[in-house]
Amino acid sequence: MDIKLKKKASPYGVKVPENKLSDKIPIEPAPLPDKVVIPLQQNIGAPCKATVKKGERVLVGQKIGDSDKFVSAPIHATVSGEVTGTKMVINPPTGQLVNALIITADGKDEWLELDVPQSPESLPVKELLTRIRGAGIVGLGGAAFPTQVKLSPPPDKPIDTVILNGCECEPYATSDHRVMLEYGEKMLRGLNIIRKILDPKAVYIAIEDNKEDAISHLEKLIANSEFRDDFKIVPLKSKYPMGAEKTLIKMLLGREVPIGKLPLDAGVVVHNASTAKAIYDAIYEGKPLIERVVTITGAVKQPKNLLTRFGTSIGSLINYCGSMNKGANKLIMGGPMMGIAQFDLDFPVVKGTNCLVVQESKLREEHDCIRCGKCIEVCPMGLMPTDLARYAKAGRYDECKEKYIDDCVECGACAFTCPANIPIVQYVKVAKKELAKGATR
Amino acid sequence: MTPDNRLLISPGPHLWKGLSVNKIMYQVVIALMFPTGAAIYFFGPKVIPIMGVSVGVSILTEYLCKKLRGRAFIMDGSAVITGLLLALVLPPSIPLWMVAIGAVFAIAIVKEAFGGLGHNIFNPALGARAFMSVSFSAEMTTWTPTRFMPDAVTCATPLNESFVWQGSQASLYHALFMGNTAGSLGETSVLFILIGGILLIGLRTINWRIPVTYIGMVALMALAFGQDPLLYILSGGLMLGAFFMATDYVTSPLTNQGKIIFGIALGLVTVLIRHFGSMPEGVCFSILLMNAFVPLIDRFIRPKPYGVVKVVKKVSSEG
Repeated sequence: MDIKLKKKASPYGVKVPENKLSDKIPIEPAPLPDKVVIPLQQNIGAPCKATVKKGERVLVGQKIGDSDKFVSAPIHATVSGEVTGTKMVINPPTGQLVNALIITADGKDEWLELDVPQSPESLPVKELLTRIRGAGIVGLGGAAFPTQVKLSPPPDKPIDTVILNGCECEPYATSDHRVMLEYGEKMLRGLNIIRKILDPKAVYIAIEDNKEDAISHLEKLIANSEFRDDFKIVPLKSKYPMGAEKTLIKMLLGREVPIGKLPLDAGVVVHNASTAKAIYDAIYEGKPLIERVVTITGAVKQPKNLLTRFGTSIGSLINYCGSMNKGANKLIMGGPMMGIAQFDLDFPVVKGTNCLVVQESKLREEHDCIRCGKCIEVCPMGLMPTDLARYAKAGRYDECKEKYIDDCVECGACAFTCPANIPIVQYVKVAKKELAKGATR
Repeated sequence: MTPDNRLLISPGPHLWKGLSVNKIMYQVVIALMFPTGAAIYFFGPKVIPIMGVSVGVSILTEYLCKKLRGRAFIMDGSAVITGLLLALVLPPSIPLWMVAIGAVFAIAIVKEAFGGLGHNIFNPALGARAFMSVSFSAEMTTWTPTRFMPDAVTCATPLNESFVWQGSQASLYHALFMGNTAGSLGETSVLFILIGGILLIGLRTINWRIPVTYIGMVALMALAFGQDPLLYILSGGLMLGAFFMATDYVTSPLTNQGKIIFGIALGLVTVLIRHFGSMPEGVCFSILLMNAFVPLIDRFIRPKPYGVVKVVKKVSSEG
C-alpha cells in the first residue's frame, strides 16, 4: 500500500484567513509564574485525584494527581513550591467544573530527579507505554486524549498506518509549526517511539503547504537520518479542517473511520506533532509533560510562541505579549475556529491549550436559514448542518441522532460559511449534550 | 472565578466568512439590473412605473406583514428581488393597480403567510404571476411590441401558435437573443439575462447546476419532440426562470445532487407544458410545481455521511 505523494486537496472544507502572525517568531520560554493553578482534569477521560496535600512542598515534575482509570493521565507540578490550596475551575472543553490545585512558586525552579533510561531505544514496548503514561502525555492538538491509550490498541485491531499530524489548520495557531522547525529532530525520534510501539506498515507526516519551511526542514532531517526509508512527508493543500483526524485519514488513505468509532478501528493512529516531541522528552530525557508551546496571537502588541508551564494564567501571557490591543474584547483559548471564548483572565493554560487568540469582535445577529445549502457543501463529514441546527433548535434531538449528529466533529466550517449567522456548532453541542443526558437517564 | 466584563463571550467559530444574507440579496439585485436595464431599453421608460410599483408595494407589504406578525423588519433585499422579478415577468401593458395586487399577493400570501424568508414553499414572484394569470388572464397575455419593432403584427410571443416571423431563422434567433421581441418585461433579452446569471454563478451566489441542467434538459426534450431546441431555449421565460427563479435558495433543493434532479425535472415539466398543455409557456408553472417537490427531494437526496456504511435492512424472518 502506497499513497501518491503529490499535494492532496480536499473537496470539502473552507478557505479561512490563515493569519499566521507568529510563524516566523522563534519559541521563547514564558516567564516562570509565581503561582500556578493546575486543574486535576486536563484530558478526555477520568479526572485525577490529588496525591499531595495542602501545605506540602512539591518539585517540578513531581506527580500531584493521578487516577487508576485506563483513560486518564497523571498530572505533575509545573513549578517548585508549596501547595497552598484548591479551587474550582471550568474545564474548557467539557464546560464542567473541576478541582484545581494552587501551587505558590518559590522561584527556585527545583526539579525532581529525572529518571533517564540508559538506552531509550531498546526499552520494551510495555516499559515505553508505562513511561508515556507516567509522563502524563495527552494529545497536544487540542483534544487532549491520553496518549498511551491511543498507543494501546486492542490486539484484534491491527494498526497499519501511523500519521503524524502537522497540519495545524486552525488559523493563527503556529505552535506545531514552530515545534516542527525547532524541535524537528526530537519530534522525529518521538515519532520513532510511536512506530516502535505500534509497528505499522507506513508512517506519514502530514503538513499543510502553508508551512513550506517546515516541510523542507523535515525532509532534510529525514533524508539525513536512519528514518529515511520509514517516514514519508505528505504535503497537503491548506484548507480548513484538513487537520481534523477523521478528514485527514480520508484524505491520505481514502479510508473512513466508522461512525462513533476511533481511528484505530480503521487501522490508523494519528498523533499531533507536539505530542511526538513530548514523547521524546518523556522517553529520552525522563521529563514529564509540564509545559508546552502556546501561540499568543491576534490583537496583541507582539504575537509570540511561548514555552509555557501549565497552570500559568492566560492573562499573564497576554501581558507578557504587551497586553491586548485597544478595542480588543475577546480572548479565545484554542484557534478561532474551534476555540472557546474565555471570561476569566486568571484561567490557567492546560495541556490542550495550543493557542490564545485575542480578537476585536462584535456579536452578530442570527437570521432564519435561507436554505442556501452552503453548509452542506463545506461539511467535511457529509452532513446537512442546517437540518441538525434546525432540529436541535426545536429540541428534536432524536432526529439529530438519526441524521448522524455523532459524526459532527464541530469544526465550524458550516457556521463560518453561514450567511444567516446561525451558530450551528453551538446547536450541535447542545443537542449532543442533551442526547448524552438521555442516554444516561 | 469572576467574569471579566471586558471579555465578550460568544459561541465559536470566532471567524466568519462575511457573506451575509443581505450581501447575497444585493448581489442578486445587482445582477437583476441587467435584465431590468434591457427591459427599459427595449420597451421604453414607460415600464419604469411597473417596476417602481412592484418593488415599492413589495417592500411596503413586507414591512406591514412583519409589523402584524410582531417581528422585526429587516431590509434584507429579498423584497426588492421579489418586486423586481415580479415586474420582469409581467407584460409591458399591465395596469399598475394589477401590479400592486400582484406584489401584495407575492409577499403577503406566498411569502409571509408561510413564515417569511426561508420558510416559503413557492417562489413569491412566480406565485403572484400564476395568481395574476388566472385573475387577469386578458391583461396577462396582451403583448406589446418593443420600441424597435416595425409593426404590431409580430406581437404574439414566439411560442404562440399564431406567431409568424417574416425573416430568416437566423434573424429570429438574433432578435430573441438580443431581446427585440415581444414578451414580458425581462424575459426578452437572453443576452442580458445571461450576463446577470453568469455574474451570479461567478460570484458563487447561485449554483450552476440548476440553470445548466434545466436549460440542457429543455433542449434535449425539444429535440425529442422534434422541435427546434434553440427556439425553445431562447424564447419565453426560460432564461430568466432558469437563472433567477429556479435558483432561489429557499424554494430549491439543498444538496447539489438534489439541484441536478430539480433542474432535470424542471426541463421535463416545462417542455411537457409547452408541448402538450393549453398554455404556450411552461416555465412559471413548472417551477411552481417543482417547488412543491423540494421538501421531498431534500428528504431523500442527502449526502453520504462520513463513516456510515449503508446496511441493507434485513427483512424480519418471523412466522
